[in-house]
Amino acid sequence: MDKVDLTRQKVNIRWLFKMAWRDSRRNRSRLFLFISSIVLGIAALVAIYSFGENLREDINKQAATLIGADLVLSTNKQLKPSGQPLLDSLGDERSQERRFASMILFPKSQGTRLVQVRALQGDFPYYGGIETIPVQAAKQFKSQRQAVVDKTLMLQFNAKVGDTIKVGEVTFAIAGVLNKVPGQTGVSSSVAPVVYIPLQYLDDTGLLKKGSRISYYYYYRFNDPTGVEKLVKDIRPRLEKEDLDYETIESQKRETGRSFEDLTRFLSLVGFIALLLGCIGVASSIHIYIREKLGTIAILRCLGVRSFQAFLIYLIQIAGIGLIGSVLGAALGTVIQQVLPIVLQDLLPLEVTVNVSWFSIIQGIILGLIISVLFALLPLISVRNISPLNTLRISFSETSMFRDPLKLLVYLLVIIFILSFSYLQLRSWKEAIYFTGSVLGAFLVLSALASALMWFIRRYFPSSWSYLWRQGLANLFRPQNQTRILIVSIGLGTAFISTLIFVQSILINRVTLSASGNQPNMVLFDIQSNQRDAVARITQQQKLPIIQQVPIVTMRIEEINGYTAPEVRKDTSLNISRRAFNSELRVTFRDSLTDSETITEGEWRGRVDSTDGTVYVSLEEQYARRINMKIGDRISFNVQGAIIPAVVGSFREVDWNRIQTNFRVVFPKGVLEDAPQFHVLITRVPSPEASARFQQAVVRSFPNVSIIDLDLVLDVLDEILSKIGFMIRFMGGFSIVTGLVVLIASVLISKYQRIRESVLLRTIGASRKQILFITALEYFFLGALAAGTGIILSLSGSWALARYTFETVFVPDMLPVLLLFVVISLLTVTIGLFNSRGLLNSPPLEVLRRDV
Amino acid sequence: MQTILSVQNLSKTFQSAGRTLSVLQDISFSIEDGATAAIVGPSGSGKTTLLGLCAGLDRSTGGTVELNNIRIDQLNEDERARIRNQYVGFIFQNFQLLPTLTALENVMVPLELRGERDARSRALNLLDKVGLADRGHHYPTQLSGGEQQRVSIARAFSNDPRILFADEPTGNLDAETSDKVVKLLFDLNREAGTTLIMVTHDLELAAKTQRIIRIRGGAIVADEIIAVHG
Repeated sequence: MDKVDLTRQKVNIRWLFKMAWRDSRRNRSRLFLFISSIVLGIAALVAIYSFGENLREDINKQAATLIGADLVLSTNKQLKPSGQPLLDSLGDERSQERRFASMILFPKSQGTRLVQVRALQGDFPYYGGIETIPVQAAKQFKSQRQAVVDKTLMLQFNAKVGDTIKVGEVTFAIAGVLNKVPGQTGVSSSVAPVVYIPLQYLDDTGLLKKGSRISYYYYYRFNDPTGVEKLVKDIRPRLEKEDLDYETIESQKRETGRSFEDLTRFLSLVGFIALLLGCIGVASSIHIYIREKLGTIAILRCLGVRSFQAFLIYLIQIAGIGLIGSVLGAALGTVIQQVLPIVLQDLLPLEVTVNVSWFSIIQGIILGLIISVLFALLPLISVRNISPLNTLRISFSETSMFRDPLKLLVYLLVIIFILSFSYLQLRSWKEAIYFTGSVLGAFLVLSALASALMWFIRRYFPSSWSYLWRQGLANLFRPQNQTRILIVSIGLGTAFISTLIFVQSILINRVTLSASGNQPNMVLFDIQSNQRDAVARITQQQKLPIIQQVPIVTMRIEEINGYTAPEVRKDTSLNISRRAFNSELRVTFRDSLTDSETITEGEWRGRVDSTDGTVYVSLEEQYARRINMKIGDRISFNVQGAIIPAVVGSFREVDWNRIQTNFRVVFPKGVLEDAPQFHVLITRVPSPEASARFQQAVVRSFPNVSIIDLDLVLDVLDEILSKIGFMIRFMGGFSIVTGLVVLIASVLISKYQRIRESVLLRTIGASRKQILFITALEYFFLGALAAGTGIILSLSGSWALARYTFETVFVPDMLPVLLLFVVISLLTVTIGLFNSRGLLNSPPLEVLRRDV
Repeated sequence: MQTILSVQNLSKTFQSAGRTLSVLQDISFSIEDGATAAIVGPSGSGKTTLLGLCAGLDRSTGGTVELNNIRIDQLNEDERARIRNQYVGFIFQNFQLLPTLTALENVMVPLELRGERDARSRALNLLDKVGLADRGHHYPTQLSGGEQQRVSIARAFSNDPRILFADEPTGNLDAETSDKVVKLLFDLNREAGTTLIMVTHDLELAAKTQRIIRIRGGAIVADEIIAVHG
């Protein structure tokens, strides 16, 4: 008798591919439905990755033109004489610039506007250029009493080249229209439009008064720029001593790259959510698909196909379809990529090119492939356990993951995948763990809910109800039910979508200023102490209210608890923020709190302690948290050379949404009165005409006083916000549409589960209405329950996000969410009913032949 | 004559709703190479379960099953799959054709699985023998019940099995088609010299085999040798 070699493990790969191809033949449209769930997610990611990739390249290419020089030194203080030799020793070519905010006057139209004045001397920029019309104006203006003026200003005041502007006391002829300044975004130029004047006329303007906030810039070009990084490293201690900040082309690359990485990272996280939704779609579709393939797999097993071979046949099928889906997604993403720069251009300081990024495309395709296989693996590995006995009697019992260690492994892989991918987007393990934990938690809650529902309906089954109700309800727990799979997929989908809606409104609420009714809309600053009363008089003469008038003193932190900035930098064990020393503080002093402030910790003291002269300052609580301060900590402030020791006396909560001057640090009365200071006055102007009249009156008498028309700023802010909002909605739209595709796919696929018995019911005489009712009932229960739970999950998630990440109060806008609930429930029912349509319009036997 | 199938003290129990259900108890018999036999009995008597155990589709609770001198009750699922591919052919009551494969491809699968090079020509030849040479490119749903069962017979013979298991092969067919299918089955079986074990409750069909094993309540109640048919 011949012997069969049982140990031989020959796997004919070609045959497996052939079988995968053959088996897919009559299911291809269905397989495409599975994969359509990941197309949009991949598209979103490829679009964002390509955009990020192009942005990175553009930053590298354009970094030199962004800063315009090999080295830029800057400071907010007048340089000490000791620093001059250092400045003179650097570079092969030098330029310098002073920047400050000031009002300018267009004499022809009598228009005034706050601008950023840049007084320039030298050939800066050495890379790129100041773009003007006519071109030569960018160079010519420096040798004469001429200015180049931002194009938005020229348009606003209907000015032409050859007209004049008045900056302080000096009148300049307009030499040209300024189109582009190195490193400036479209947005920043509309908030503070730039006017260039020659440096040699600056003193004559009379705007350089003590207390004016002037920044000093020094630009250097090197014949050999390769040594700049090393040079900066060598002279850093001297730069720090002179309070000089520095920028090089390399540091500019890093800085710009970093700030836009945040943007692309946020966008890719939103894209990832779309992809995760797609993953749920893949997993649930393949789950049902494999169930239907039970018979086929059993026959194959009967004919001698080994369990692993059967598994491979379906793995090949799914990987193949996953690859096609990913390629489609990548192609779509490359098209969408063209849109992103158009939307974001004004927010970016450089020209973004739109190139096909093969790296991003390949990344997207590989990601799509991994995702479709990984998430299909969950249902797919049960193929290994399908017994050939199913050819004789069909019984499908799922093995639990504890009985099948491979299943446990796949779950682990899925968790690792989500965790590492979200880490790549968020760059923080803590946040990645929260994100993954929330997804996992939502999955478990929904899964438990499905079990509870099935148990509850079975336990308390309403036996006395009519047949239709009983049949519809029984469908939820009978064998082959789709309760768990639909509740989990619809529920997670809803949770993602509604979280997105909540987060969107949290973000938008956070930045929307409450610019209503009698809010102030004009701020006058840089008012010198001796001008204070006169400016107030002009305001009253124009019949405008003085809503607030406060003194402002600029200072820096010199020491915290006895440690200086260099000491803190050296000793990392100190729990003192290095950032605290970096920024210049604008501080006020008063004896009482305003109505937008509340003390949250410590005690408010409005006057210097009369017994020992201790100065108790009050810090805004979030600022205090950022720089790690506690009540009782000692801070020494450097007020333009004079050191003032103080103690942290209280923390204040400040309502930043109110338009008024709010301060991170408030001093008591009795110490800063004689310090160099300027004043701010806040008023409300009723109309653009009144605004223009008032500005003219102030600028004519006090050219150094700057005026911000908040209505104008709000307009610009509104434009920025609507662009950012559009971006969020655009990316969120991917998730929402994917969610819908997944919903449609899940419900559409479940059709095959119910088709046999619906045909049977039809055969034994059930009417169209009865079958529709049973179907509608089942899907309504599934849709409503899943959507409801998803929304509750997202409410708690968004509350946590609002509380801990955005640090704001969470007031959910329930209307869109209710709408979402209704839409998802109805959509589930509608798609379910739509599925039955074919069934009801054709004879039962035809349906069985066609669809089963 | 050699023994192709030997079953000793075979038993099978199921756990159902917390209690043990005994489906087969202490079944012993053996079948000689090239013989034909029918397992008959009322519904629920355990005949299909017995067939599944003999063919290596299921694991027994006790006893031994030796197929072609190999203890298949000791093999794992994949090793049994290999045994099925090498020695066993199946015919089912509901045909069990792969719905996404054409008739020809359905017949080719067992051959391809063994890596046979001439799978296509052999499958065409078999389809010709069952009278469906011109229907090879049709899908199962495009064929009548009788035609489907003929494809299934062609597939069962495609790997030159030593033993053929048939589970109610005419159960889904009308009388006229049944007769044709049965004739085809027995003709091919005789031609190939295959052992045939058939589960049926059709006594007329059972009488066409050389031996009838009657089971009831999970135990053999009679084992009759019938006169050899010409």
